Amino acid sequence: MAKSLQARKSELSDQEMQLKILSGGAFETGELPTFKAQLSKHKIQTLRPKTFSILQLNIGYMCNQVCSHCHVDAGPDRKEMMTRKTMEECLNVMKEFTIETVDLTGGAPEMHPDFEWFVEQIRLTGVSEIIVRSNLTIILANKKYHQLPGFFAKHSVHVISSLPFYKKNKTDSQRGKGVFDTSITAIKMLNKVGYGQANSNLKLDLVYNPSGAFLPSDQVALERDFKKALKTDFDIDFNQLFTITNLPISRFLDYLIASENYEEYMQSLVDAFNPTAAEDVMCTNTLSVSWEGKIFDCDFNQMLGLKSAVKNPHISQLNQNELMQRELQLSQHCYGCTAGAGSSCQGSIA
Amino acid sequence: MDKQYYTPKDLKNFSNITEWNKELGDKFFDYYNSVFKEGHLSAREKSLIALAVSHVVHCPYCIDAYTKDSLQRGIEKEEMMEAVHVGAAIKSGAVLVHGVQMMNRHDQLSM
Repeated sequence: MAKSLQARKSELSDQEMQLKILSGGAFETGELPTFKAQLSKHKIQTLRPKTFSILQLNIGYMCNQVCSHCHVDAGPDRKEMMTRKTMEECLNVMKEFTIETVDLTGGAPEMHPDFEWFVEQIRLTGVSEIIVRSNLTIILANKKYHQLPGFFAKHSVHVISSLPFYKKNKTDSQRGKGVFDTSITAIKMLNKVGYGQANSNLKLDLVYNPSGAFLPSDQVALERDFKKALKTDFDIDFNQLFTITNLPISRFLDYLIASENYEEYMQSLVDAFNPTAAEDVMCTNTLSVSWEGKIFDCDFNQMLGLKSAVKNPHISQLNQNELMQRELQLSQHCYGCTAGAGSSCQGSIA
Repeated sequence: MDKQYYTPKDLKNFSNITEWNKELGDKFFDYYNSVFKEGHLSAREKSLIALAVSHVVHCPYCIDAYTKDSLQRGIEKEEMMEAVHVGAAIKSGAVLVHGVQMMNRHDQLSM
């Protein structure tokens, strides 16, 4: 199995190096406009939050997979994990603030030893929706995870899972050998307990992200293709397909540079800039929390170390007024969320 | 001298053709964009047709653009190659069907 950039001691595991690359090249020479300059051109001076309805918690970077596009640089060799103390601080925020959705991500969040306890505690806070971003293969990775579909159903967890394509070759090329077959088995297990079924409230959404240096196409058309192929070939069901653009950070940035696609990809992102999508990027309603309890405007900023612009950027120190008035932290990777129909953890925007 | 007739960067400047004739340029791009919208044929099907035609008309810009467009639409490489063969079959068929003209002319001129 491949190793994370961090384990390989790649210079791209350094956040400063990634930010330097994102600010250099065509953005430094002025050949391409920086993200802030692009916003100004469209008379958007700054981006600020509109609501605070989604709390996205990255509870650890450990994962059973080492996907070639992973912006977290997750993998079995990553040991960072949220402590129970930080989880309790997150629970306090859920009780104090009016949060609609708690979105658990990682790594593979299910690998956290306190995962089930945490989901049960979140359910007690009264938040209306709990999302778990499951990579699917974790369900079959070890016997102790086989009961996860039943656990998710019991707590009405909204499961959002990556499946880059409805065919084996593209999925395995991005996520590792055997991932497609295991993912299909896992979806069948989720379908069996009611996920993705027409007469059920249990939601299973899939995430498509391109297997290469190109942008996703129309979400509706791709969903139609996915549903038809997965039903015909495997008799499996899901609710919605979310198309997500790969952002040029971490392992995907490494791939872009190594394959000499970086400049063309950034050009594609800039060309596809959509000011309507920019108005509604996910950082306008989401707050991202790291395993250490630090707060960021999104999971991508978390990976780049761009902390939210507040006095004490920690989950234990949240101040509603300060939070809502803060200026969102931007760099050139933000073009990934504003390209075409836009991109967010909930799929396209515009 | 490294000057080339085809420069990949020219593709992104395609819309510049309106600078020298805005009316006709705008009409072309309006027409072009309308053609590729979902209709009786899906945008996916149109992308495959465009990819095949790009090869037949030997347009490197179009091949770059519609290979990428095909990837974005989830079209697989096997489908892409089949589409190119459709184009190639029509092109070679168009050459070979002229063989009948050759045969006719040959017979007309021969004793």
